[in-house]
Amino acid sequence: MTTVQIAPEAPGAPVAVAATGFRLAARRFRHNTLAVVGLAVIVVIVLFCFVGPFLYPTDQTHTMLEQANQAPSAAHWLGTDAVGHDVLGRLMYGGKVSLTVGIAAGVLATVVGTLWGSVAGYVGGWVDAVMMRVVDAGIAIPALFILLVISAITTPGVGGLIVILGLVSWLVPSRLVRAETLTLKNRDYVLTLRAIGGSHARAIGKHLLPNSVSTIVVAATFQVADAILLVAYVSYLGLGVQPPATDWGGMLSAGLTAAYSGRWWLIVPPGLAVILVVCAFNAVGDGLRDAFDVRGRG
Amino acid sequence: MTHLLQTTDLGVVFTTESGPVDAVRGVSLTVAPGETLALVGESGSGKSTVALAAMGLLSGNATATGSVEVAGHQVVGADEPTLRALRGSTVSMVFQEPATALDPLTRVGAQIAEVVRNHRQVSAAEARAEAVALLDRVGIPDPAERARSFPFQLSGGQRQRVVIAMAIANAPQLLIADEPTTALDVTVQAEILELLRALAADTGTGVLLVTHNMGVVADFADRVAVMLQGEVVETGSVEDVLLRPQHEYTKRLLAAVPRLDTPESLAVRERVAAPGAPGAPGTAPSSPVASGAVPSGAVPSGAVPSGAVPSGTVPPGPASPGAAGRPGAAPVVDLRDVSVTFGRGARAVHALRGVDVAVHAGETVGLVGESGSGKSTAARVALGLVAPTSGTVALFGQDLRRTPRRGRRSLRSGIGVVLQDPVASLDARMSVGECIAEPLAVHRRGTSAADRRRRVAEVLDAVRLPSALADRAPRELSGGQRQRVSLARALVLDPRLLVADEPTSALDVSVQETVLEVLTDLQADLGFACLFVSHDLAVVQHFAERVVVMRRGVVEEQGTTDTTLLHPTTDYTRRLLAAVPVPDPVLQRRRRTERLATLAAVAG
Repeated sequence: MTTVQIAPEAPGAPVAVAATGFRLAARRFRHNTLAVVGLAVIVVIVLFCFVGPFLYPTDQTHTMLEQANQAPSAAHWLGTDAVGHDVLGRLMYGGKVSLTVGIAAGVLATVVGTLWGSVAGYVGGWVDAVMMRVVDAGIAIPALFILLVISAITTPGVGGLIVILGLVSWLVPSRLVRAETLTLKNRDYVLTLRAIGGSHARAIGKHLLPNSVSTIVVAATFQVADAILLVAYVSYLGLGVQPPATDWGGMLSAGLTAAYSGRWWLIVPPGLAVILVVCAFNAVGDGLRDAFDVRGRG
Repeated sequence: MTHLLQTTDLGVVFTTESGPVDAVRGVSLTVAPGETLALVGESGSGKSTVALAAMGLLSGNATATGSVEVAGHQVVGADEPTLRALRGSTVSMVFQEPATALDPLTRVGAQIAEVVRNHRQVSAAEARAEAVALLDRVGIPDPAERARSFPFQLSGGQRQRVVIAMAIANAPQLLIADEPTTALDVTVQAEILELLRALAADTGTGVLLVTHNMGVVADFADRVAVMLQGEVVETGSVEDVLLRPQHEYTKRLLAAVPRLDTPESLAVRERVAAPGAPGAPGTAPSSPVASGAVPSGAVPSGAVPSGAVPSGTVPPGPASPGAAGRPGAAPVVDLRDVSVTFGRGARAVHALRGVDVAVHAGETVGLVGESGSGKSTAARVALGLVAPTSGTVALFGQDLRRTPRRGRRSLRSGIGVVLQDPVASLDARMSVGECIAEPLAVHRRGTSAADRRRRVAEVLDAVRLPSALADRAPRELSGGQRQRVSLARALVLDPRLLVADEPTSALDVSVQETVLEVLTDLQADLGFACLFVSHDLAVVQHFAERVVVMRRGVVEEQGTTDTTLLHPTTDYTRRLLAAVPVPDPVLQRRRRTERLATLAAVAG
C-alpha cells in the first residue's frame, strides 16, 4: 500500500470509496491539534465578519465626529476611530472585504495555476518549456511591483482587486500541479487508458485532476493565506478599496498615525485579525497536507 | 560449535497507526562460520525484519524481544555505540537496490575508504589503497580507475559489487544479504552469486541470505529456513528442504515456482517417466508428475515428489499448436523493421533497431531479454504508446500511420493491456468496478449503467474474483487481486490482442501461479492473441508458444519456445539460459559448473 489518494468531492467517485478515503484523512486531520484549532479560528472569524454585523449593528458609512477617538467603553467595546466609526463593527466590516478578496483571489490563483500547470505537464515538450518560462518570468517580477504599477493606473474595486491578486499569485500553484501531473501521466493506469484509445481529455479529467486534488486543495489553502496578507499590504499602501469601505489593511493604514498618540485600539485589533487568519489558514494547510500525505508513515 | 548468528525466540512487534503488528514471532536460527543460511518466504513473511533485527537496524516503531547474538554480542536492547562497533566490522549488510545503497555524490573509492576508516585506524592514503584492493577483489576491472567513478557511471552489477566491497571491507564474520540480486538481470545475478560464494568460502564468513528466489537458494545456500507469517515453519539442509520438503507451505511454495526446462531435465523426466517410476518421496523434483507434456514442451512445472499438490494447479502450457494454423494466420500486430530513437544527436538512445515482431491470431508470443533490451519499448510500440522512428506497425492488418484518427481509436478497442505494477495499474481514486468499466466508457459500449455493471460482474467472474469486489477500492485488494482486476479491465472489450508487460513480476510466486493460470484458461476460452513481455525465462517457457529474445534493441533470436529455449542458436540466449538458477541444488550445481566451464572456454 503506497498511495492513498483522497478527495471526497471527486465527480463520479462512488460514495463508499470516497467515504473510506475521506474518513482516513479526516481522522488524521482531527488528530492534528494545531490544524483543528486553525479551522476553529477560521470558522469563528468568518462568523464574526459575516454574521457579527447582524448581532452588533453599527453605522460604518456616516461620519460622526461627535464620537470620534473614544477609548473602549461599554458602548463601543473597541472604541471608535477618527471619524467616529465603531472599531469592533469596522473590524467585521473590513474583515468581510479582506476575507472575500483573499479567499476569492486564492481560489482564482489556484484554478488558473492548476489549468496552466496541468496542461504544461501533460502536453510536455516545447509547450511545457514555453509555458514554464512564462511562469519563471512571472516569478522573477515582484508581485508588489506589479500591484504598484496597476494601482498607479487605476483604482480597483473589490472585483478588480480579486482579479489582480489572483493573476499575480497563480505561479506557484502552477508549478506544483505541473510536477504532480508529470508523475501522474506516466502511471500505468494512464498509459493503459491511452493504449486502449482513451482521449487526452479523459486522462486529464478522470485521472490526473482527481488524483492531484490533494495537492490542489493544500496549495489553495496556502494561496488564500497569502492573498489575505497581500490584500492587507496593498490596502496598507493605500491601493486597496476606497473609503468609506475598508479592509483590515486599510484600517491599519488609517490607524497608523493614531498609534503614536496611544490609541492602540485602532491598530491592535486589525493587526491581530490578519495574523490570526493567516496563521489559521497555514495551520489548516499543514494539517491537510499531512492528512493527505501517506509518505513517510511506514 | 560457536555460532556467528544465533537468534533465540526472536519476536518483533511494529506499532502502527492501526495498532500493533506482530511481524516476527519466536524465530530461532543459527549461522555457523562459513555457512550460508537462506531465509526464504513470500512478501510479508518477516524475513527482512529478521535480517534488520540482526543488524539492530529496526525502525523506531519496532520492538524486538528474545535474543539475537552476533558473534557472542547481544544485539537486542544494545545501545547505539555498541551496535555501531558491531556493524560494518563484525556483521555487515548487502542491500537489495544498489542504486540507492550508494551515495550518488561521492566517488565509490571514497565510500569504501570511509567504511574502512570507520573501524580501523589507518591513514587516508592507506584506506584509499585498500579501497582499490577491495574493488579488485570484488572483480571490478581496472579498480584504480573505477575507484574514482561516481555510482552513476557504473552498471547495476558493478554497483552491487561496490556495495559488496563495502560490506567486506573490514572482513566481517557475518554477512547479511537482503535480496542481493533481486534488482539485477539473471546473467549479472549469476556473477554476483559467484562472487559472494567465493568471498564466503575464502574467509569462512557466515552468510544470512534473505531471498524469495528458490533458484538463488539452490545455487548458494547450505541450509534453508522457510518463513511464513512471521514464523519459521521449516529448517533444514538445502537438499532436504528443496527436494524433500516436509511442511505443507514449503511444498506449495516449491510447487508454484516456475521451473526452467533444460534438455537434461527433460531427459531425466523421460527416463523417470518411462519405466513408470512412482513419484515416491525422495525422487528428485526434476522428475515431475507431468507426463505427456514433453512433446509440446508445455511441461507443467514444479511438481512435488510426494504429489501433495495436484499438477492441475500449475498453469498448463499453451493450447495445442496448430489450432489456428498460427504463423499462417493473419498477424494481429505486426512490427516491421521498427526502430525507435529517443533524443537526438550525440545523446540519442537507440531503443530499438530494425525489430521485426509479429503476433498471430490466438498465439502467445513471449518477449524476453534483460533490462535495457528494448522489450518493453517494443510492447509500447505495439500498443501505440511509442511512435516508431522508422518502420511500420500494423494492428489487425491496418497500418497505423495510414489509419485516420477515429479508425485508430476503434482499432485500439481490440487491445487489452496489463502492465507490471499492481499498485500503479489501477487509479486509487476509482472503485474496482469503475476501473474495469473504463474501456467501456472510452468506446461507448453498453452505455446503460445496468449493462456495464453486468459486464463488470462477468469479467470479474472470468478472472475468478467475487463480483462484490466491484464496489471496493483498489487499495483494499492484494497485489494478485489487483493484477487480476487489471486483467479483467483488459478483457472487458473482448480484445483480440492482449499485451502483458511483466504482469506477474511484482508478485509472489504462489500469486503469480494463480494469475498465470487464470490468464491461460481465459486465453483457451476466448482465443485472444497475447504478447507477453517478461524477464523470467521459466515463466515464458511455460506460457508462450513462440519466443522473441531481445538484446540491446535488436532481436537476437526468435522461434518456437521448444526450439529457442531448449536448443538456442545464439550465444546470448545460451548464456541467458545458463544463468537462470533452478530450484534444485543438485541440478543447479551441475549447471553452475557447466556455465563456468563454458565461460572459461569462451574467455580462453
